[in-house]
Amino acid sequence: MMPKSASDPPKTNDLFQLDNQETAIDLKGSVFTLPVLCLKVTDLAKIEDDLKERLSKSPQFFENAPIVVDLESIKKCADDFDFPQFVTLLRGLHLVPVGVQHGTKTQHEAAKWAGFAELNGGIIQELPTAANRRKNTAKSSKVNAPQQTSDNTPGDTQLDAQGASSENKASTHAIKSIESTPSAKVIRQPVRSGQRIYHQGGDLILLAAVNAGAEIMADGNIHVYAPLRGRALAGVRGDTEARIFCLQMESELIAIAGQYRVFENKVPPEMFGKPVQIFLDGDKIVITPLE
Amino acid sequence: MAKVIVVTSGKGGVGKTTTSASIATGLAKRGHKTVVIDFDVGLRNLDLIMGCERRVVYDFVNVLQNEANLKQALIKDKHCDNLFVLPASQTRDKDALTPEGVEKVLNELRENHDFIVCDSPAGIEQGAVMALYFADEAIVVTNPEVSSVRDSDRILGILSAKSKRAAENQEPIKEHLLITRYSPERVSSGEMLSITDIQELLGVKLVGVIPESQTVLQASNSGIPVIHMNDSPSGQAYEDVVARFLGEERPMRFVEPEKKSFLKRLFGT
Ligand SMILES: Nc1ncnc2c1ncn2[C@@H]1O[C@H](COP(=O)(O)OP(=O)(O)OP(=O)(O)O)[C@@H](O)[C@H]1O
Ligand SMILES: [Mg+2]
Repeated sequence: MMPKSASDPPKTNDLFQLDNQETAIDLKGSVFTLPVLCLKVTDLAKIEDDLKERLSKSPQFFENAPIVVDLESIKKCADDFDFPQFVTLLRGLHLVPVGVQHGTKTQHEAAKWAGFAELNGGIIQELPTAANRRKNTAKSSKVNAPQQTSDNTPGDTQLDAQGASSENKASTHAIKSIESTPSAKVIRQPVRSGQRIYHQGGDLILLAAVNAGAEIMADGNIHVYAPLRGRALAGVRGDTEARIFCLQMESELIAIAGQYRVFENKVPPEMFGKPVQIFLDGDKIVITPLE
Repeated sequence: MAKVIVVTSGKGGVGKTTTSASIATGLAKRGHKTVVIDFDVGLRNLDLIMGCERRVVYDFVNVLQNEANLKQALIKDKHCDNLFVLPASQTRDKDALTPEGVEKVLNELRENHDFIVCDSPAGIEQGAVMALYFADEAIVVTNPEVSSVRDSDRILGILSAKSKRAAENQEPIKEHLLITRYSPERVSSGEMLSITDIQELLGVKLVGVIPESQTVLQASNSGIPVIHMNDSPSGQAYEDVVARFLGEERPMRFVEPEKKSFLKRLFGT
């Protein structure tokens, strides 16, 4: 297997190889966790303003994210919601609209014409916070039923494509429980300039340096047992309880739940090269020595 | 087993071609059958530094496009018996470097050589990726300045994530750090990064340090790889690199500022 160009994905054989000559495709079922956009008003301008503000907090995470639109709260509103215009709005913000749910029949009909699929029966969960991630662990340890499984590939593999090879590679293909257990991912090799690693659903632990120009992101906490010179973004899906811990603070940028701080020149001398922890106090980033 | 070595850097003009020529020569001088390939299609540089530019008839691209066979394109070095040069073409475009073609040529060369040294072009585009894709070992050439170190870091990331060994989950490419154009005086005055700084930033084992020296330019201009200059520090430093590459232990030389004698200080020479 050889790439045609530098940007080709390294391994595609298992995806594209035909199992046997007779069938060109296989149909399989899979369960995905998708972000759900709950509309509260029908005013597109207001929706756009709000969305932009939200997206600006974690642009990486929502880049080309598939999105489901929940109409529960605008059910009672007039049935003239402009779905085609709404789709243009979403696309313009680099979101990929895939489905609607919980609307009226008329709304669903209009949505279908605009290219949405009708998805009913989805269960809405809050985006993970430290507290409910812990809750999930407790719950999911009891869930052993094999049919309650999903393949959680999307986030991990796409965003890891550029990254260093990681410890629990297998888990990107492994079966996970619906409640997405908060597994930690351990990276042993240095993360180098131009590489990016995103770990969905849990903590990211790095045993080697994160160099300038590299970027690491996690839904949970980030631990760096080595110099942190690049960018580190914890709680990228909005977990304000997430923290960053590092043994040698030399970072270019740190962020927690969308609040960020840039060190344009250099980390202030009193913390440069020191072990620190970084967390949110309200919406302020706090950096304290680790002792 | 033949080994494919890529000499790479990300940043341009740091000394890749100089290093490829000297390392290939050093390996050949020690009796290893070696070929050095110019992957810098469109520029052609290696043949000048090897002093064989007048003997180029067919080149790497001719071989890739089946217009010539390897035997016709390989140029025997005039100083060493065991050394061959596969030059790049100056006129063709870089799209000629296809993975299938490059792999076929490398496999054919593997059959009767001990070492295949690939002189990478600068950058991280197709040419550079093709030069490193099939490598077993990599010599990452770095100058003691921030931008060069950053680009080397980038290339190290590509080596570990996008090479054939990475794609096939084999043992990773063995990485060696080579610092060139090192000037101990400018390091101690704080103008340049020190060896320790660079090693700390990149975390790769050091295979050698080549001092900044006029001899390199003179050697290039006369088409003689600088490793032949036995009495120059840069030639000796390259000799050490080859020895270390082959597993010998040697102390680093030419890394301390020269202690100026009283007279020198007086006359400022
Ligand atoms: N140790 C050294 N001391 C002084 N000059 C050097 C040294 N090494 C290389 N040079 C000079 O630096 C210039 C670039 O060297 P070289 O062509 O080997 O670099 P390169 O990395 O191959 O460049 P490119 O990226 O363009 O292929 C040449 O003029 C060369 O003579
Ligand atoms: Mg060159």
